Formats: sequence, structure tokens, C-alpha cells
Amino acid sequence: MTLLSVENLSVTLNTMGGPARAVRDMTFTLERGETLGLVGESGCGKSMTALALMGLLPETARASGAVRLEGENLLEYSEAAMCRVRGNRIAMVFQEPMTSLNPLHTVGHQIGEALSLHRKLGRGEAQKEALRLLEVVGIPDAGKRLGNYPHQLSGGQRQRVMIAMALSCGPDLLIADEPTTALDVTIQKQILDLIRNLVNDLGMAMILISHDLGVIAQSVDRVHVMYGGGTVESGPTAAIFEHLSHPYTQGLFAAMPKLGQRAKRKDGAKRQRLNTIPGVVPELADLPAGCTFAERCGLVTDECRAAPPPLTSVAPPAGNASSGNASAGIAPARIVEDHFAACVHLDEARARLNSA
Amino acid sequence: MGANLTFVQRCIRHRSFVAGGILSGALVGIALLSVVWTPHNPIKMNIRGRFADPTWNHLLGTDQFGRDILSIIMSGAQNSITVGVVAVGIGLFFGVSLGLLASARRGWWEEIIMRMSDFMFAFPAILLAIMLVATIGPGAVNAIVAIGIFSIPVFARLTRGAANAVWAREFVLAARAAGKGRFRITVEHILPNIVSVLVVQTTIQFALAILAEAALSYLGIGSQPPTPSWGRMLSEAQTMIFLNPWLAVYPGLAIAMSVLGLNLLGDGLRDVIDPRLARER
Repeated sequence: MTLLSVENLSVTLNTMGGPARAVRDMTFTLERGETLGLVGESGCGKSMTALALMGLLPETARASGAVRLEGENLLEYSEAAMCRVRGNRIAMVFQEPMTSLNPLHTVGHQIGEALSLHRKLGRGEAQKEALRLLEVVGIPDAGKRLGNYPHQLSGGQRQRVMIAMALSCGPDLLIADEPTTALDVTIQKQILDLIRNLVNDLGMAMILISHDLGVIAQSVDRVHVMYGGGTVESGPTAAIFEHLSHPYTQGLFAAMPKLGQRAKRKDGAKRQRLNTIPGVVPELADLPAGCTFAERCGLVTDECRAAPPPLTSVAPPAGNASSGNASAGIAPARIVEDHFAACVHLDEARARLNSA
Repeated sequence: MGANLTFVQRCIRHRSFVAGGILSGALVGIALLSVVWTPHNPIKMNIRGRFADPTWNHLLGTDQFGRDILSIIMSGAQNSITVGVVAVGIGLFFGVSLGLLASARRGWWEEIIMRMSDFMFAFPAILLAIMLVATIGPGAVNAIVAIGIFSIPVFARLTRGAANAVWAREFVLAARAAGKGRFRITVEHILPNIVSVLVVQTTIQFALAILAEAALSYLGIGSQPPTPSWGRMLSEAQTMIFLNPWLAVYPGLAIAMSVLGLNLLGDGLRDVIDPRLARER
């Protein structure tokens, strides 16, 4: 049975400016052992999607659609029932390891609590298990660390502790919301490797949320590129990275600084500026009727503004499979039937990319 | 202040904490001592020996009934402390419970609890205490209850504000994501994180309760004679203020020193408990 199936999930926030549609018609499925990435800029609805899955939306928010965990719609669960799902079947790792731990309790105590809550372990057993988990997540001198308070640990170690807590009850699904954003680059890699290995070893499913395309490229099987609360492009990671289809995805990639960009300056050429996507993210309370990206898109026509474009399959561009700007190390995508993009001008978009 | 100092070291280095501690300690010590020993029986009159000047036998002299003033002051401390402990206990228990409830449930619960405490804040506390005592009758117990009831909204509001700030922190979201319910989060995460605020407010409320009790006794609606009480000593001394001003000075000093001590202690505790807030002194 499909582990997680999200159907037309929408989240509406009641704000001063009227209802804001933070998430619009998100639909995806996730099997055990599968990993999914949600990528997009701030305010695109990535974190709201995660909170909706956990049932932790702010009180002013209303979710509609369905979030089925092995067939059961979590949106219909009571708070008490959700408490048994959270941490137990779905676990979450947050962005800020600095603030995600209670400063007043020791690390051992906090991991132990999670264990006693869902696995009903006694105190001694819980501490033994906590020690094992700290070793699993690669904290050196784990025995000593159990008695430490969060402020005595570094950011990377704290994030490892958070991961240990998330793993403590053997969840089916791990949601990692920007797990490496607050860490420095060398630690980022270690934490990502750790998460990836644990997901592989334990056969969990994972949803990784990030605005960092590099992180996404390395870590997940499938990607949803989100914009304005909805999916604009989805598909296997390799396929998306090879055939950037939606103008927004193309813009995101173009906005990544590339190695060697500065070198051109030495040749006397004008210093190349970082590409940006013109315009700003639309106000969620006042989304356009048509494509949410229309106002920032170079290919915009009246058709775009008329109605939201449906997600349509991206046919493999004939004959020029190698002309995309695939990142090194990603195998060329062969099956692209399940690569979708929500754009009515896909052909033009791709043509523009290839000519660039 | 160095980060590596232990709790005790931080306490000793904090001047207002030490001063407040000594004064409050003296208050408690004297009250405890008076339970088992006072120089004289504080309620035994000796009309022939009234208005005696300080002697070795009566260190602070005697009052208009010839009672030993030192003994009355010492026993009066008992009264003040009892009132303080019980009244603040009432306020702390109900106020913190209501504040935590408001913060955990939000929505209507929060609205109702907070509007009720706003309602109580709108009345002058002493006036309402007088009204309450007037309807249910004078006496130490009623005074305590009245003072206690009026410290409930203080604690409720403080607790709710501090708790809301903790609820908004990320580790609470992480705790919720770990499947903990509201009650468990309140006990494990919210309460421990607001204890320092509550401790400070408790000492300050304690001082206010002592003041309030003195005021009610001064008005004759607090503890009734012959129970020694600083407030009543003041009101009795008032009529003789020109004859023998010292009668008013002693209880006045006792009240002032207790309140000062408790306020200094509260101030010091705030710094000492939470080293992050510590200021250089």
C-alpha cells in the first residue's frame, strides 16, 4: 500500500488581508524507501505543506484535500490521534538546531522522553536506547554527551541530536525541513550524508524541504518545484535537472552562482552579475487567477493569465537530450513520462533554454 | 559576570541579592524564633510599666498597655509571613494554572480568562479587599483570602504572557512534532521555562501582600487584637504619635525593611537565576 498519498492538499491562512492560499492543490505519493524533495523560494508553501502533513498548522490555517497515511486521512484525525502519529509514524527535523531543543533539559533526557512517550520504555532502557541512537547519528563520546545540555553542543551535533530524536521511534516517514540551512557548509554535507544513509538503511520515506538545489540534487529521488503554493514542475530529480522545463525552474537554476563566473573578469571581460528572476513573489492573499508565475515570466501571454495551467507531461525533447545543463554526476534521465510541468508554453521555454 | 561561575558564586557576588537575602532571612528567622521564644509575652499587659523607655529588660521599650514592643514586633513578623505565604500561595496556584490554561488552549479560554483578569485589574485592589472583608467580615483569614484573590490576575497575566512566548519557540513545535500533547508540553517545556519569571514575581507579590495586610490591619479589618500585627501597631501608635513617636517608628521600620528586603531579593534572583540576563554590577 502506498505509504503517503497527498491529494489536492490546500492550506488557507486567515490573514488581515483576507484568506491567503499558502498551499494549493498539492498532489503526490510516496512509497516506503522513496525520497521526495520540495524546492522553492521563501514563502512558496514548502514548510506549510510539511506542517499540514504533521497537523501542526497555525490556528488560523485550514487544510483541505486529503493526506492519506496508509489509506487513513490524517486531516480527519483528532488532536489526540495525531499525537500518536507525530513522532511515532511521521517524524520531523527542523531548520534551527539551535532553538529546536529545550535549553533546560539534557540531551539524554530529551531523547529519552520521546522514547518513553511512544515506545513506553522505562527510564534505564530509554537511556540505553538514547545512547545507541546518539552513536547511530555519529556523535563522538556519546555516553558523555547524554548528560550535556543543548548549549554545550555545536550546531552540527545538535542537529544530530534532533535526528536521533526523530529516529527514536522508527518512523515510516521523515520530514526534514531545511535540515542543513542553519549549518555551515562542511557540516551540511555530513548531515545530509547521515540523513541519506539512515533513510536508506532504515527503509523510511523522506520528504526533504530545501531552497538549495545542490542539496536537493544530491539527496532525493523525486522533486517538486513549488511556486506560489503549488507545484510548477515535478519529476525524477535527474529528469528535472536535465530538462529544466518550467520557466520558473529555469530561473531558479540560472540564479545559482556558477563556479568560474568570476574568472571571466581576469580576461578583461565585464564582471558577470548573478542572474535573478525579475519581480517579487506574489502576495498569497492576492494570487492571480492564472499562472502564479505569470507576472515574472518572460514568456507570458494572455493564455497564462486566464487560467492556472494544468500539470502536463513533459515529452522528452527529441535528439538533444544532452543539451540541457545537467549537473555533473547525475545520470542522464531515460524515463521522463512522470516529469510534469505546469506551463502552457513548455516548448518555447525549452527552446529558449537550448538557445541560451 | 563570568559564565563559569556556579549558582552559589553568582548569588554571593550579587550585592542586592545578598542584601535582600539577609533582610528576608532575618524576617523569616525572627518569625520562626518568635514561635518558640520572645523576650516577653507579646500580649501580656502591664499598665504600670507603659511607655517605658528602652532598657535591657525592654530593648525597644513598652507601648501604651505596657507590652514589650520587641516581642510584638517579633510576633508580628509571624503574622506578616503567614499572610504572605498563604495569600501568595493562593495567587500563585490559581493564577499560574489559569495562565497556563489560557496559553495552552488559546481561543475562547484565553479570551475569557484574560478579560476576567482585566476586569479585576480595573478595580483598586485595596478598595475591593475592604469591600470583600466588609461583606464576609473582618479577620486574618478573610484578609488573606482577599489579598490572595487579588494576586490571582497578576500571576495569570504574567504566566500567560511568558507562556505564550515559550509556546512560540521552536523547541515547542519540535515537541509537538514528536507527538506530545498540550498538557505534557505545558508541564515539561512551558512551566520550567517560566519558573524564573514566576519566582521573581512571587517575591514581589510577597512584599505587596505584607503591605496589603498592614494596610488592612491598619484600617482595622485585618487580623484582630490581640494577635500582634504591624499594621495595627501603626494605627494604635497614630493616636500617640506626638506623645511617643517611637511606637510608630518600630512597626513602620519592620514593614519597610521586610518589603525592601523582599524586593531586593526578587531583583537579585532575576539576575542570578537567569545568567543570560545578568548585568554587570
